[in-house]
Amino acid sequence: MAQSPASALATMARAPRLRWGYVIGLVLLALVVWSVYDSGLSVRALLGSEGRRQMALFVQQMFPPDLSPALLRKVWQGALETLAISFLGTLLAITLSAVLLGGATRTLAASAAFGESVTMPLLWRLGRALLYYLCRALLNLFRSVPELIWALLFILAVGLGPFAGVLALGVHTAGVLGRLFAEVLENVDRRPCETLQAAGATRVHVFLYGMLPQALPDLLSFALYRWEVNIRAAAILGFVGAGGLGQQLFIALNLFLHQQLLTLIAAILLLVILVDLCSALLRRTLV
Amino acid sequence: MAIPMSPSTAASSPKWHGSRSARFLGLLFLFAVVASYRLTEVKPLVLFETEALANLWAFARGMLPPAHSLAFLQTIWRPVLETVQIALLGTLLAVLIGFPLSLLASSTIAFAGPLHDMERRSPLVWVGTRLPYVLSRLLLNVLRAIPELVWALLFVRALGLGAAPGIMALGVSYSGMLGKVYADILEAIDPAPLEALQSTGASRLQMVLYGWLPQMLPNFLGYTLYRWECALRASALMGFVGAGGIGQHIELSMRMFEYHEAVSMILIVFALSAIVERLGDGLRRRIV
Repeated sequence: MAQSPASALATMARAPRLRWGYVIGLVLLALVVWSVYDSGLSVRALLGSEGRRQMALFVQQMFPPDLSPALLRKVWQGALETLAISFLGTLLAITLSAVLLGGATRTLAASAAFGESVTMPLLWRLGRALLYYLCRALLNLFRSVPELIWALLFILAVGLGPFAGVLALGVHTAGVLGRLFAEVLENVDRRPCETLQAAGATRVHVFLYGMLPQALPDLLSFALYRWEVNIRAAAILGFVGAGGLGQQLFIALNLFLHQQLLTLIAAILLLVILVDLCSALLRRTLV
Repeated sequence: MAIPMSPSTAASSPKWHGSRSARFLGLLFLFAVVASYRLTEVKPLVLFETEALANLWAFARGMLPPAHSLAFLQTIWRPVLETVQIALLGTLLAVLIGFPLSLLASSTIAFAGPLHDMERRSPLVWVGTRLPYVLSRLLLNVLRAIPELVWALLFVRALGLGAAPGIMALGVSYSGMLGKVYADILEAIDPAPLEALQSTGASRLQMVLYGWLPQMLPNFLGYTLYRWECALRASALMGFVGAGGIGQHIELSMRMFEYHEAVSMILIVFALSAIVERLGDGLRRRIV
């Protein structure tokens, strides 16, 4: 055997990787072929003359866009409402996740940093553990149910309108932010906290002066990121009746007012771009 | 000894503390809160009125136990499969649209770096290479900024109900996200191997194949897999506007007060997305 041990090792390490690549590629290809056949998707129907005619007709019907003052005023109202929903929703989410995280991190996760003494009574520690798992479970539940389904639920409770949208965004985003915030707080440098503690600071002070100053830029950055996500979400919550531009878009489409569509979509586009810009600006000034 | 810091100095970075812009931002924030509060007709007390509580209680009671009869599972079997298919084909379409756009939208491919060292510097070439770059970046931004459900709504009207508009909507909106990230990956590539290839006399195509591809492939695949996971969750909602999949049935069940069915379908979506996430993690570890 003339092969050097190093190159043999290299081929051994490489061969299974390559084969796996082929296997995965083939499986994916099979899945795609199955999907195309099974879903009855017909490329000819999509891109054939009939499909193209339909799409062209639809696009034609959107022109010229309706720019009448009456509609523009309505769109302005809807845009403001959407913006307000996204803003308040994010704010509610920050508050909610902060409260739940207070329960979730101040007990077990942060107890090491805070030097929780093990001499506490058993019942006390048990209660805290329970609180911890309850808060974690709530955050998980909030996060895994999409905002559109939360919206349906809150419409049941508070009726149609933007308030349901605010609640839906707030609850779902609280779950997401809770997870992101927890990660930030857990990755904070422990040394300043320990120093403060050694100097006799209380837990609140350790949090305020040791953890928060380090974490704040990241927390703000994540909150701004979720605001960018939420403006997009707020624009579609109206599809189920939770106010904003989405509702107007849904109604315009159902009433076959196709000429209004372009105006409404342009408004959504502008709003999303505006929030992205604001967020970038705030990020630069605050973070 | 007095503590020399107040909470606000400790919590804020010196960059913006105490300046006039900080006060301005604070006022703007307060104004935004009050204005939004009024605009969105927030009535916190409504949430605790008997009717709201009764409705929520009806939901909580109605969702237990989740529907699990054979007949029910048989009716939602097809839509669940369709959801998976929409996610898969939608992501594939997004790659097919997004990848070519990302080539145009990355400066290192379009006009800068080792690929373009030997180009003649005429104004015509300058415009000819910059224009596609600007236009494709713009297009990617527009595709990305419009939410996928808005795309779905439009495609449902253009193509009719079913899986096709869902696939198109996912493909179009995700191509914007994929294209943007692909372009960023392409721009972040280390030029040294390319220059080495060039110095050995490699052609442009060879430079792309042997210098570029190996560097970007892991990131490309990783991000595409992540988007596929997102696509599954998105395609479960596509049905809310009539674009196929399980969403249609979830919405219908909610509207018909069949909460136990809705909950059971939501649980199925959780399970599906957990499976896809596991699968994605496994693939990532193998390939990346």
